[in-house]
Amino acid sequence: MMNAVKFSDESLKRFGEIVGRYPKKEAAMLPVLYLAQREFGYLSCEAIEYVARLMDVPVARVYGVVTFYTMLNMKPIGRHHIQVCRTLPCALAGAERITAAIKAKLGVGVGETTADGRFTLSEVECLASCGTAPMMQVNDDYYENLNEQSVGEILDKLK
Amino acid sequence: MEKILLRNIDVPDSHTIGVYRSRGGYRGLEKVLREMSPEQLIDEIKASGLRGRGGAGFPTGMKWGFVPKDSPKPKYVVCNADESEPGTFKDRLLIEKDPHAVIEGTLIAAYAIRSHTAFIYIRGEFSFGAQVLARAIDEAAAAGYLGKNVLGSSYDIDLILHRGAGAYICGEETGLLSSLEGGKGWPKVKPPFPATHGLFGCPTVVNNVETLASLPWIIEQGASRYAAIGTEKSKGTKLFSVSGHIEKPGVYEVDMGYPFKQFLQEHCGGVPEGKKLKGVIPGGASMPVLRAEELDGISMDYESFQAAGTLLGSGGVIVMDESTCMVRAAWNIARFFAHESCGQCSPCREGCHWMEKIFRRVEHGDGKEGDLDLILSVSGNIMGNTICPFGDAAAMPAAAFIKKYREEFDQHIREKRCTVTSSTSRVPA
Repeated sequence: MMNAVKFSDESLKRFGEIVGRYPKKEAAMLPVLYLAQREFGYLSCEAIEYVARLMDVPVARVYGVVTFYTMLNMKPIGRHHIQVCRTLPCALAGAERITAAIKAKLGVGVGETTADGRFTLSEVECLASCGTAPMMQVNDDYYENLNEQSVGEILDKLK
Repeated sequence: MEKILLRNIDVPDSHTIGVYRSRGGYRGLEKVLREMSPEQLIDEIKASGLRGRGGAGFPTGMKWGFVPKDSPKPKYVVCNADESEPGTFKDRLLIEKDPHAVIEGTLIAAYAIRSHTAFIYIRGEFSFGAQVLARAIDEAAAAGYLGKNVLGSSYDIDLILHRGAGAYICGEETGLLSSLEGGKGWPKVKPPFPATHGLFGCPTVVNNVETLASLPWIIEQGASRYAAIGTEKSKGTKLFSVSGHIEKPGVYEVDMGYPFKQFLQEHCGGVPEGKKLKGVIPGGASMPVLRAEELDGISMDYESFQAAGTLLGSGGVIVMDESTCMVRAAWNIARFFAHESCGQCSPCREGCHWMEKIFRRVEHGDGKEGDLDLILSVSGNIMGNTICPFGDAAAMPAAAFIKKYREEFDQHIREKRCTVTSSTSRVPA
């Protein structure tokens, strides 16, 4: 099992380029973890051990980093990761109604993934989009000025 | 009011180097490389009165001046683009619409301390902003503003774009440096300060996006023109991000010292639907809330907000109308800090969660006699007892909400329910 996780040749090449960009190898930790997450889908214990070997650091150091940051996932997530901002400016603009509408539409709770693996729903803290609240991030994209109707239409388009 | 920071953002294709240069872009960098020594540059920025726009308001030129000139170690400059303070979205606008101003500012700061490696640390969620910056960095390199022998000046500078991965604490400068060193974003004890012991133990300057984006204009127009705007201790213009119950939310550039009430009323259109104003958080969620009647006489500068018992902070203005439940608002902010505490210092790690739990039970009708004093006690025990300012940032708003709206909190406990109807209320968890 331990050796099942390995970068493709292309990712290995990219790994070399990333490490070469930084004055010290350990500074490349986050971009290397992003690379691993992209290739493996999520950061399993095996992936963490693999990255630790590549980076010449103890496994515990990588584990500590992966569990510290919200954008690094140790579990598989849906194809579309819906992240609804719940912090005050969005809350004042009705973020709770957006989350409720998504829950009702998808039939999942916060932190859950739809049975078909299409969506994972999360609530997150401020994404610096307070002037266009309420808002959500789906994977890399921001969707702003949401209402209960528009959020449904957006989800329908995400296959 | 003159636009300094937002001078380019409404111009089509403002993110491209062609448009930026056609509007005078990179002339500031050319000027410092051709005409100024790093010492002269530092003196010029000191004379401008520019203070850090990330929240702390520390004088920028003075910060640069702390970097030892004779250190044999490499020196680093980091642009802090980890904008995460609730209510703040000004840096995102600059990054997406005027990335070359951010880059030019970063390069000017690097030259000031003779650094040859600079970073832009951008929060991971800003995927679009990172793409815009990456393209702009490539454009700047192709035009000779980056790399070896910049503009024939024999000065070398490399600029690395680095993405965070989701953690508010990385906006704190030493937390940011820990993150950039490949670790958890745990802040470091100060002193020693980053100016002498920063990234990898080397002299480092960390400046906010808005601070850096101010530099090209200051260099080109002169420090005295910049210092002519504003008040005695707050010079120049400041970006304010306005959100919440306000007619025209958005990012505004304001001359320091402008009347706060007039700004909210005339520029931002006031509270919508004829509702009454209940309170305003003026400087991001970390800062103490002000009751509506406290706004009288406040001007938008460091001194005036401080005199009113709050702080200018990041300029994140969150407006709340009369329908807002202040218990729920306080709980929301406490939950933010409980979620974001990095876990390093016990008072903050434990205290933030306790404050969140108690606010939650008061809001949901399970509050007990003494709960409010308990929160004030927890808040008081966090304040000043942590490595970084996060502890204070969590403690200050919690205490302020209770002190300013005590009657509403008491009523929740007495009547064992939320007594205010608002958009933030009454959706079952």
